[in-house]
Amino acid sequence: MAHLSLHHFLVIGALLFGFGLLAVVTRRNAVAVLMGIELILNAANLNLVAFGRYVAGGISGQVFSLFVIVLAAAEAAVGLAIILTLYQMSRNIDASQATTLKQ
Amino acid sequence: MELTLQHAAHHLVPLATQTASYLWLIPSFPLVGAFINATMGVRLQRRFGKGLVHSIGIGAMVASFAVACVAFVTLFGLDAEDRFLQDTLWKAFSAGKISVDLGFALDPLSMMMTLIITFIGTLIHVFSIGYMADEPSYWRFFAYLNLFIFSMLLLVMGDNFVLMFFGWEGVGLCSYLLIAFWYTDSQKAAAGMKAFIVNRFGDFGFLMGLFLLFWALGGAWQKAPDGKTTYVETDVHAAAYVAAARGEGHGVAHVEVGPTLNFRELRDQIVIADTGVAEKLKSQKLFGFGILAMIGILLFVGAMGKSAQLPLHVWLPDAMAGPTPVSALIHAATMVTAGVYMVARLNFIFALSPTAMGWVAFIGALTALFAASIGFFQYDIKKVLAYSTVSQLGFMFIGVGVGAYWAGAYHLLTHAFFKATLFLGSGSVILGCHHEQDMRKMGGLGKLMPVTKWTYLVACFAIAGFPWASGFYSKDEILWKAFTQEGMAFPFLGLTPHLGQLIYLMGIVAATGTSFYMFRSYYMTFTGVYRGGHGHGDGHDHGDEHGHGHGHVPHESPRSITFVLVALATGAVLAAVIGIPYAWTGHAPLLEQWLEPALPAMVKFAEASHSTEFLFQFIGVSAGVIGWFFARMLYKDNRSQVPAQLLERWKRAWTIVYNKYYVDELYQATVIRGAVSLARVLSWFDKYLVDGLVNLAGAVTRAFANIDGVIDRYLVDGAVNLVAGSALSAGSILRRVQTGRIQTYLYGALVGAIAIVLLNFIIK
Repeated sequence: MAHLSLHHFLVIGALLFGFGLLAVVTRRNAVAVLMGIELILNAANLNLVAFGRYVAGGISGQVFSLFVIVLAAAEAAVGLAIILTLYQMSRNIDASQATTLKQ
Repeated sequence: MELTLQHAAHHLVPLATQTASYLWLIPSFPLVGAFINATMGVRLQRRFGKGLVHSIGIGAMVASFAVACVAFVTLFGLDAEDRFLQDTLWKAFSAGKISVDLGFALDPLSMMMTLIITFIGTLIHVFSIGYMADEPSYWRFFAYLNLFIFSMLLLVMGDNFVLMFFGWEGVGLCSYLLIAFWYTDSQKAAAGMKAFIVNRFGDFGFLMGLFLLFWALGGAWQKAPDGKTTYVETDVHAAAYVAAARGEGHGVAHVEVGPTLNFRELRDQIVIADTGVAEKLKSQKLFGFGILAMIGILLFVGAMGKSAQLPLHVWLPDAMAGPTPVSALIHAATMVTAGVYMVARLNFIFALSPTAMGWVAFIGALTALFAASIGFFQYDIKKVLAYSTVSQLGFMFIGVGVGAYWAGAYHLLTHAFFKATLFLGSGSVILGCHHEQDMRKMGGLGKLMPVTKWTYLVACFAIAGFPWASGFYSKDEILWKAFTQEGMAFPFLGLTPHLGQLIYLMGIVAATGTSFYMFRSYYMTFTGVYRGGHGHGDGHDHGDEHGHGHGHVPHESPRSITFVLVALATGAVLAAVIGIPYAWTGHAPLLEQWLEPALPAMVKFAEASHSTEFLFQFIGVSAGVIGWFFARMLYKDNRSQVPAQLLERWKRAWTIVYNKYYVDELYQATVIRGAVSLARVLSWFDKYLVDGLVNLAGAVTRAFANIDGVIDRYLVDGAVNLVAGSALSAGSILRRVQTGRIQTYLYGALVGAIAIVLLNFIIK
């Protein structure tokens, strides 16, 4: 088994971030967009933990990612609630159609 | 003459005044009547009919006459010297040396005027009931008439020049209002304006004379050695003060010397020789002319306007456009005599200046002759009477001019009666003939209107100067006094010895003419056969309104009119009683005795025997008879062909006289054209120079404003709009970025992030 280095984590994190971003910008389903955001947040978490293990030391990286997980949960709750309301309003959760806030 | 000696012997003292606190009532009643009718008349007339309207007007007149009678009785009960009632209400104003009271005074002269005004005024109010019966704005007529009486009473009763002038203007206003009473007829409205404007010319002279008198009585501006200009009292004042302080001098003690507007104060300081005021005035000169002559002439210019003397007589014939009662009251009996009254009131001033006397008497004589000659050929019955009035006023001015003040005032009184009778008689005729005034369309009315005929005839005898009718006594006294007056001067010529005789000659010719044209009007109107009727009255329905079924044949006027005619004609005869001359009875005429305290001026007349006086009276009567004889021969029953032949023969002369010597045309060519061309020049000046300047200023301002506007529009507005516009266009560009799609924003954020990362690399 090869030695796991920081670079591996970073590559995985970058990939995760890339996929997440791709999902956010391409998917029309609002739930899918929310899922993409989760991927991005998790990519960031991976980077935080990895940098905490290889560069900074201590537990500050893990504490940060715990905060991010809590924040992600809250964000998901708020996001899903918005989506639910959006659905109730227009029977539709297509993100590209929901342009009412433009006005 | 004994009378003159009496005058001279009589020692003049200041007038004693008796307070009579009710005098203000006399003018107040007509004022209240005028006020009620003017403010509520239209409603009263609609609600209660015309009866109430004329009851108010006549009631005011009767009340006023009653109070005047009380005043007369009071005045009569006093000693001749003390006949002066005074009622000062309050001080109207004072400024500098002027102090004016609102005060009324009655001395024998103003008492006589007050009685004439209220008595004849009352009768004419009664006459108006019948004459104006068809008039819709009846209330307006009575309001004006009452207002006129108020102004006239103010004129004669005011104890100072200011009140007199107020009344003077007031009667002018009422005259204007009443001449233009039927103002929808533009000719009548124009006649009213003419009267008003011609009177303004006279008023200007009156005011100038007044100012000059006020100024002459005062001190002078003098330069003191230190260069300061100060107002100093003259030595006259100083002497009077010293005398007053010492209690010396006959009667000077209570006489205030100095400029005054009060008639009594003026009289006292001028007639009492010890004050020295008369001497001072006599010696005073302005621009090389005697100041007294100038004052007299200028004051008389005022009288010329009001009393229609040459050349300001032109308004009076036109004033006949007014209703006939107005012609009788204002333009015959009262208002036009205001000038005569004014000269008689200021007798002590006029008597001091031979030039002023000569001027007044000569203009009077000229007017008497001139107007009488126009009266010869008029066909309009009211025009004949109008020129007759002008002529008779000329006689009055001969009287007050030559110094026979009482005779002038007496002629004023007799004229008021007989001319009012004549005018009202003509009014009755006009009413009977359905508003026809042309004597050629009358004739034969004597049988149809007997009362009118007889009263008219009586008045004709009175005006023509037949004995036992009043006009004889007044006219002959005037002419006799003119003949014996030797001390008159003519302006610029100095003392003129035979001016009195010349005036007498003019007067006697005018008197002959008067008799002729008056009897001519009588014969044309009342004898012969009726020449009107057909072709007239077809479009009228007055007949029915007058209670007669026919519209063609003239008829006698209602009782209210004939009653007044009889009353006035009786007065015209009875007025003779108070003027029977000294030569007949051995004592001075009653009126002369009555007026004597009010006429303190001492004028000398030549001595003449009674036989000479009788001779002159005979000449006077013959003048009247000759005029009557020719009128009867030419015009009785309209049978004689001679008038028509004479007219053919003297066509050109006739045309000139018939057209009133073209005086109106002369005015048209000189005064009116001059005024109009001056107006045109001023209008041109106004239009091109003044307007040009104003327009230039406007144009300059506008040019500046335009430049400013350009700056504003393009620079300031441009900058503001540029800011707004750029914000707007930036917004419209940027709004496209805001699609509302979340992914688009994310793309933007992504691109930004990538760009920052790239920049980060590049800048490093």
